[in-house]
Amino acid sequence: MKNRVRRTMIFLNCQRAALIKDAYIYKPDCVILDLEDAVAHSEKDSARVSLYNTLKYHDYRGVERWVRINGLDTNLYKEDIRAAVAGGCDGIRIPKTEKKADVTLVADLVSAAEKEFGREEGSTMLMAALESPLAVINAYEIATSSPRMMGMALSAGDFCSSMHAVRTPEGTEMFTARQQMLIACRAAGIMCFDTVFTDLDDTESLIKETELIMKMGFDGKSVISPKQIALIHKVFTPTEKELNHAIHVLEAVKESAASGVGVLVVDGKMVDVAWVEGAKRVLKLARAAGIYKGDL
Amino acid sequence: MKLIKSAIAGTYESSDAFVRVEPAEGVKIDLESSVMDQYGDSILASVRDVLKNLDVSGVSVAITDKGALDCTLRARVETAIFRACDAMDNIPWGTKI
Repeated sequence: MKNRVRRTMIFLNCQRAALIKDAYIYKPDCVILDLEDAVAHSEKDSARVSLYNTLKYHDYRGVERWVRINGLDTNLYKEDIRAAVAGGCDGIRIPKTEKKADVTLVADLVSAAEKEFGREEGSTMLMAALESPLAVINAYEIATSSPRMMGMALSAGDFCSSMHAVRTPEGTEMFTARQQMLIACRAAGIMCFDTVFTDLDDTESLIKETELIMKMGFDGKSVISPKQIALIHKVFTPTEKELNHAIHVLEAVKESAASGVGVLVVDGKMVDVAWVEGAKRVLKLARAAGIYKGDL
Repeated sequence: MKLIKSAIAGTYESSDAFVRVEPAEGVKIDLESSVMDQYGDSILASVRDVLKNLDVSGVSVAITDKGALDCTLRARVETAIFRACDAMDNIPWGTKI
């Protein structure tokens, strides 16, 4: 199910039982069961078995379940993919993706695993994490590399390191990468996710950064702590004014289509059919936030 | 599967379980749990189920459970068994586990 609300995707270290146990309580849109950076090398094997059992037996109550596999420069990712697909994950997040061939390599292994474990062909989605200058340059070819691609996510830590850049609260150093990735995602028709915010105590800056990326057009953000989830969801929740305007737009466009009028005025603003997608997106976010129950 | 050495898996953290296995005659399970009264029987049933699925008939299992979910408990016992059999590179996803 590629098209759904994904405001938050929280990383959960597969090595830590307490972390994977009750993440759904905080109602993230997705969990990312992590086999990569968070897991100590000596526990990679154990984390993979834990991943499989978690996917197979633990009920995340509708929260989408992604798996971040180990990098394609390791000898771990192939078995990670088999375990993830056998367990029934919704999708696989590929770290350090730099080119189309990275995605097709994983897509081929996923196809083989789907056959091996009797899962529906094509049912496992992919998401690419862009973490280097080359990845950002190749954003469009990565975004269009497979029909399994659901979205792309930016990883600021590795990106800034390789750019010799310093993270700032304003995010100036990330602006071009964010914009380029976003343009590639929109051109390819896939979703776009921002990097994690690492200062867990600085909620004010987290909110500012989320407001920035939401206004830029991002669909959501990767998350490292449950306490960031509600704050991010709040930013992505339409205001009453935005919700009412979206409802008025959809109602007016529906009526005008019946009467053959192409352009009309809603709440004092000129509106045409180009506004419909935006209005639908507002209602989708409002539904996800529980503030709209209608059926427009 | 036949154990060829002793092995451990898991931690003593809350919501986890620490498991030690070693080769033995028959199956012996020693369980210490913070939720023994409520879940002791179901924990033992899960451990026996894992051992049966993996065809393990000669093992001594010592478990210190700190309130682990069933999926965590199974994962820790399986990991310890696979490590004890030197079989971590050949895990039967989707069949015996």
